[in-house]
Amino acid sequence: MSEAEIYRLHVNGERRDVTDSWVGESLLDVLRDRLGLVGAKGACEQGECGSCSVIVDDELVCSCLVMAASAVGQRIVTVEGIAAPGTPSDVQQAFVDAGAVQCGFCTPGLIMAVHDLLDRTPAPTDTEIREELAGNVCRCTGYGRIIDAVQRVAVARTERAS
Amino acid sequence: MTIVEETATTGTARHGALGTSPTRPDGVAKVQGSFEFSSDISADGCLWGATLRSPHPYARIVSIDPSAAWQIDGVQAVITAEDVPGQMTYGLISQDQPVFAGDVVRYVGEPVAAVAADDPETCRRAIEALAVEYEVLDPLTDAEAAIAGDHPPIHPDGNVIRHQRIVCGDPDATGEVVVEGTYEIGMQDQAFLGLEAALAIPDPGGKGVELHIATQWLHEDRAQIAACLGLPEDAVRLVLGGVGGAFGAREDISLQVHTCLLALRLARPVRMAYSRAESFLGHVHRHPATIWMRHHATGTGEIVKIESRMVFDGGAYASTSSAVLVNAITLAQGPYRCPNAVVDGWAVRTNHLPCGAMRGFGAVQACFAYETQMDRLAAACDVDPVDLRILNAMRTGDTLITGQPVLNVAPVAECIRETAALPLPDEPVGGAPMPDGGPDVMKLPGGAGRTADASNIVRGIGWGASIKNLMYSEAFDDYSTARCRIEDGVVTLKFATAEVGQGFVTLAPQIARTVLGIDDVRLDRIDTLIGSSGSTSASRQTWMSGGAVNAACLAVRAKIFEHVASSNGLDAETLLIDGTDIVEPATGWRQDAVEACAGQTFDETAEYHHPPTTELDEHGQGSPHTAFAFVAHRAVVDVDPDLGLVKVVQIATAQDVGRALNPLSVIGQIEGGIAQGLGLAVMEEIIQIDGVIRNGNFTDYLLPTFLDMPPVVATLIEEPDPLAPLGAKGVGEPPTISSTPAIVAAIRDALRQVDGVGKPLHRVPVRPGDICL
Ligand code: FES
Ligand code: FES
Repeated sequence: MSEAEIYRLHVNGERRDVTDSWVGESLLDVLRDRLGLVGAKGACEQGECGSCSVIVDDELVCSCLVMAASAVGQRIVTVEGIAAPGTPSDVQQAFVDAGAVQCGFCTPGLIMAVHDLLDRTPAPTDTEIREELAGNVCRCTGYGRIIDAVQRVAVARTERAS
Repeated sequence: MTIVEETATTGTARHGALGTSPTRPDGVAKVQGSFEFSSDISADGCLWGATLRSPHPYARIVSIDPSAAWQIDGVQAVITAEDVPGQMTYGLISQDQPVFAGDVVRYVGEPVAAVAADDPETCRRAIEALAVEYEVLDPLTDAEAAIAGDHPPIHPDGNVIRHQRIVCGDPDATGEVVVEGTYEIGMQDQAFLGLEAALAIPDPGGKGVELHIATQWLHEDRAQIAACLGLPEDAVRLVLGGVGGAFGAREDISLQVHTCLLALRLARPVRMAYSRAESFLGHVHRHPATIWMRHHATGTGEIVKIESRMVFDGGAYASTSSAVLVNAITLAQGPYRCPNAVVDGWAVRTNHLPCGAMRGFGAVQACFAYETQMDRLAAACDVDPVDLRILNAMRTGDTLITGQPVLNVAPVAECIRETAALPLPDEPVGGAPMPDGGPDVMKLPGGAGRTADASNIVRGIGWGASIKNLMYSEAFDDYSTARCRIEDGVVTLKFATAEVGQGFVTLAPQIARTVLGIDDVRLDRIDTLIGSSGSTSASRQTWMSGGAVNAACLAVRAKIFEHVASSNGLDAETLLIDGTDIVEPATGWRQDAVEACAGQTFDETAEYHHPPTTELDEHGQGSPHTAFAFVAHRAVVDVDPDLGLVKVVQIATAQDVGRALNPLSVIGQIEGGIAQGLGLAVMEEIIQIDGVIRNGNFTDYLLPTFLDMPPVVATLIEEPDPLAPLGAKGVGEPPTISSTPAIVAAIRDALRQVDGVGKPLHRVPVRPGDICL
């Protein structure tokens, strides 16, 4: 094995020590294999599918492309950190209600991407939704119900705000 | 067979029953990241496994030297063909594929050895350290050479997997109008997102093994695994691991046997997981095919005869090639009447990647050919392509070219008409003008590349319609089993039906709620501790496992009615379910169904079998199929004729669904299936050069994204099929089949508008150069 590194990550509001990682290990692998946070998924490990999306210091990133050790000192949010178990966020609930989930493998990444999108752009146009989410591949749904879910949340949030 | 809800259930559907769209029971876990996919499963003391694969399309293995691998700290096992204790080969129809290549490798990516080690990185190094000496042989990469016998057999079973001819009616019949063409379909990958992964846990003493696996068919896997392990079937227990999509790619064995072998050898749990690159090598693909087709028709466009020669490249091992071929040749007429036919089909072996099941299963390739032909015929007869299709549309009672009557509801003309009635996109090329008055570039072909000039873009419209057989064919009894148990007013269902994302876990409780009038329905683990449910493929689970769940619930209901009748002095025959009550309509007696079952336990298991089908005779005659479903598609595509770029703007579709048991799930299947049809039309192809895959990754193998997939407008044609146990037809495959030719026809239509001639576009996926060069 390569030399082990010991460092501390800040994930979902908790400090987590990484004690058995090798230098250069991706954030995706460290989250999944070292910290037991398997919500983020790997489907390409080269930045093409978005299944591994997490938020690092308010930026949506593909965790397969980020070296875990480089995220020391940054705030990492994974799908497990979006809402407490059993009490889904508005985006999560909208995915369930709108039929945006089939196999669900793309879903954690999309949940992160949609939260990020709606935080920045509360009322996105159809084009904005498609463009912003184009880095997240879903092989099952054909995207229609996912767009519906995003629009449902945008409408509900706007209504709540007014 | 009757539609049970009409005979023993009254009232309108309550939420959660059939006909409504309750949410998925696994939905919250999936959106919160806590749903356990097969790649998420681990066990204490677990080791990792990995596979060494052939770098050559065809070579003799001279020697395998594992000594350097054994030098690496943490390597626990190295296994090769010599370590397979049971049958050396597996396969769905014929067992022609080695667990590990013994003397020869027949495709790039064929497993040669496997290792187990403490962690994935050590596995990777061990694989690299395995020294294999090969004597490279001349690969067979031309399907025609396989047919012609120009290449020595690359497998003891020969280079032809199946040759089947169909001769129907008068083979010498001719028509006033004749059109013909040769069509090519590229190799498509299922590209499910959840990569192959499994965990094998050996029983103490090595007498058995438990495998957690993402698969489409637990029992078939078990039979093949047990044979290779040399164990009795009941010593191998399979549990469905969370499945991240399937689309046909999980019907064959991939890492199942390897994982079990390593676990049994080491008496420790072993995990295996493929990377994306390995996944492209590790599962079967959609067959590339070359199809020559000639239509004879009357002057007004009525089909008189079809002739066709179809060549399917099955790659190195047979998998389901012979069944894929039979689908293609038996459905060569499309959803149209055709009295005469001569069709010659070949599925051959080459040193390409093995091919097998993918959504649409042979019907996809045939449809691209016959639908392109229908457009040519329309042009030759000067008839509108929609009118030509309606003129020839199949109806219930018409026959396939195999002589089989189509007994199902067959609303082909309705599908076409209803599709035509759907609104065209209301936005012009480039979308509604932006605030600056210009187009929305993201809605132009080329999108963010900003390459297209809106004034050059031409919009085309194209049509497609198709027929798909449901369930397995050619005398195969793909039955399904289900168990229904009621205890303390709670229903528990058990089945081995693989949930791959399609939503059977949502549908099964809907069936139980409707039949039993009880809302609290739970699902037992999906595993091999019950009889087979057959494969989650061939659009068959709603019909087959739905039929089995329905039958098990009906059996339980009969017991409940007997119990209620005897304790209340009623006649069981007169009882019905009304919502959540048991009622006797004549007297107005009613009781809540849960209360009626208080303190009672009922437990029934049922199998559902479809009526038997037959094999084809030497003239391709017989009744090979169980049932049929139909669909029509209309595509609107914007084309940049100079740059060869396309933007699919809208797909309209009307689909024959029988009855929409869960309308939201049906829409999900329609949209998802169309996305895969779009992929085949303009994006997706596995490229192999001299037998070597060149684009086995998501950077180079292009999948439709949010920006590629247009809005879908859909109408469901609901005419319950009296032959279906719940009136519902399978809906998974039809969307994928004729969306492809519709999109290509729309591109042709656009190009024709440019110069009055257009381009043939006889090959999918259509590449930019096919359009602009
Ligand atoms: S796994 Fe990171 S983008 Fe695909
Ligand atoms: S739901 Fe399966 S990949 Fe998106």
